[in-house]
Amino acid sequence: MLKCAGKTLLAAAVLAVASPAVAQDTIKMGGLATLEGAFAAPGQDGIRGIRMALEEFNHTAGGKKIELITGSSDASPASAIRATRKLVEQDGVQIMIGPLSGSEGLAVKDYAKTKPNVTFINGTSAAQDTTLRKPAPNFFRFSTEGAQWMAGLGEYAYKVKKYRKVAVLAEDYSFPYTQVFGFLEPFCRLGGKASVNARFWVPIGNKDYSSVIAALPDDVDAIYVALGGADAINFLSQYQQAGGELPLIGGSITVDQTVLGSKGKIRKTVIGTPSAGPISDTWDDPRWKAFVAQYKKMFAGKGGFPSPSLFAHGYYINTKAALLALNQVKGDLSDGGKKLRAALSSLKFESPTGMVSLDPRRNAIADMFLTEVVEGPDGNLVNKTIGVTKQVSQTFGVKYEEFLKYGPVSRTNPPCK
Amino acid sequence: MFGIERNSSRYPLGINPAVLLAAVFLIAYPLFASDFFTFQIGAYSLILGTIALSLTMLAGYGGMVSLAQMTVAGFAAYLMAILGTNSVGVMGLGWPWWLTVVIAILGAALLSTFIGAIAARTEGIYTIMITLAIAVAFFYFVRQNYQIFNGFTGFAGIKPPTLFGLYWRDPTPFYYLALAIAAFFFLAVRYGARSTFGLGLQAVRDNPRRVRALGINVFLHRIVAYFYAGIIAGTAGVLLVWFNGRVSPGIVGVDMVIDILVIAVVGGMRAPIGPFLGAIAFVLLENFAIDLIDRERFNTVIGLAFLLVVLFSPDGLLGLWRRIESKIRLPRASARLGVRANRGDWHPAGSSERM
Repeated sequence: MLKCAGKTLLAAAVLAVASPAVAQDTIKMGGLATLEGAFAAPGQDGIRGIRMALEEFNHTAGGKKIELITGSSDASPASAIRATRKLVEQDGVQIMIGPLSGSEGLAVKDYAKTKPNVTFINGTSAAQDTTLRKPAPNFFRFSTEGAQWMAGLGEYAYKVKKYRKVAVLAEDYSFPYTQVFGFLEPFCRLGGKASVNARFWVPIGNKDYSSVIAALPDDVDAIYVALGGADAINFLSQYQQAGGELPLIGGSITVDQTVLGSKGKIRKTVIGTPSAGPISDTWDDPRWKAFVAQYKKMFAGKGGFPSPSLFAHGYYINTKAALLALNQVKGDLSDGGKKLRAALSSLKFESPTGMVSLDPRRNAIADMFLTEVVEGPDGNLVNKTIGVTKQVSQTFGVKYEEFLKYGPVSRTNPPCK
Repeated sequence: MFGIERNSSRYPLGINPAVLLAAVFLIAYPLFASDFFTFQIGAYSLILGTIALSLTMLAGYGGMVSLAQMTVAGFAAYLMAILGTNSVGVMGLGWPWWLTVVIAILGAALLSTFIGAIAARTEGIYTIMITLAIAVAFFYFVRQNYQIFNGFTGFAGIKPPTLFGLYWRDPTPFYYLALAIAAFFFLAVRYGARSTFGLGLQAVRDNPRRVRALGINVFLHRIVAYFYAGIIAGTAGVLLVWFNGRVSPGIVGVDMVIDILVIAVVGGMRAPIGPFLGAIAFVLLENFAIDLIDRERFNTVIGLAFLLVVLFSPDGLLGLWRRIESKIRLPRASARLGVRANRGDWHPAGSSERM
């Protein structure tokens, strides 16, 4: 797969040499993803997203060749900072794409403040405070965040599914906090209940859920589960084995392709589980279908998932934004990227999942998808699109100052008594 | 393993010109190196080297391989965040920086002493197992404790003070700070090896039964060694939290614990310069292996490089250097090696247990 990248780069280089008028100059772009540790598979899909965008633009933007330099972290903030610092200070990248995970994003935002002449664009990190509180003027997020991803799910659970009382099971760090907040805020505003005592927080990599399953209360209508990757598979299969009967509500990466495509015995448990997120596998829209077709063309049989994950999607959108803005400023970064950042701030473009633009704190406003797990025609589990919530902002239409009063995301916010 | 340092009166002023050259290079380094090389390569190598130095001291002089040195450094880093100021809104008691630093280092030294008290009655592989168990337990504890250690997220926004008009996290001042501390502990360990305590520790290492028969308290000797090692690791931990600006459980995880062992072993445990050589090799590989090979396989390069070093030079980079040196300057060096063979390679009973 990477050899292929090398070849295309080489081909581009040969072309550049053959026709010197095309590109006299190159722009260095850094791509940071978790290529090691627990999130290595999502990280690789993120890099695939960057490559799809570069391919679409023929590795050229604003008349200049784009040179991609990859960095790797292991999802810890410290490693993300070390990799970012290497890309910025040693390799001299002027545009950074990344990172992938929530707490990494918070760290990179803080680092961005010390490098005002470098433009930082998010990967898929989706913690709320990366842009909501104390944002960095040169950090952009076109990929939205975890609370936005939940848009429509709280209302759906209350109004359509008629759930009144839920238990919560989630991993114990900033991204699931953001997701739980995004789900519970509208759910509880409508009158739903989720007692703080019925919220279970497990560390990443937890393998044995028997004690959690035993402690789940009987008097709830459903369980909201925000676990990712192997954690989700472990819980879902153990819950099915234990004969769990309660319906589930899923976080954005709890019932996505990385989990549904697994070999775990989860079929009975997950069918009918509603969820929400920035993408929907089966969305019947030409833009999304073209994106999926392109993904399959580039990566089918080369390690790619059956369908692009939200990580490929997020990195793709962020990279595409950078390239579009570079086209607008004709690749001119001689002013330390000032013009580029102005172009990014006012950028509005069609993504595979609809129109994307930024709010004043440089966080994306985009369409969100409400989905439900169904058995596809070929027996595979897929997420069927139930609805699209148009143009969701980080504050859900509430005024910024008002929204701040909701308080930072945490294990107990909202209290939901 | 360590003997008394050979006398160096062969050199003018008693200083080896190579040492002088190294010192000049280290002091002049920020003048020609970029900020990245000064900070992320230079200063970070010095910090990791100092933590590994505390392990080299325990293992090389005391025969006690403690895997909990990163834990001790991490504890100091956590104390800095808990007692000082952080931007997370958990703990952060706001003590003045100088008090925080002193308490953090002392706290780390006490933790190290405590670990020593548990581990010092064991030998060889059992010491490794006990200290590894402590390190892993500490990792899970900080990851799951939210009241004090703020769990998975840990702390951010920990800054060094601005003193004498300098912000001490700027690359050049921070490098010199790390260099001064590393040099201080390097010399302290070198000098300490020749002190009564250092000689006693080496005697404990070589033959604890005989030392006990002489009326020396072996247990106490070992615990005091752990205390000193704790001071070294704790001070490096303070630098580490200033370097990162943050601390989270990942920093005391098993990966980092093993990294410190790798640094010490690859550098060579024969002399206090070893861990610094190991740290430089480690940091360079960690940063640049990704440029050498397929982006998704660079950890394999790091692993292979270390495997090769250990395979071809069981005593690490230090041994590799000594071997090259002996080839270049055969007569004098071989004479020296002869001296060393007479002096250091006498293995008393029980020595097979030590690393």
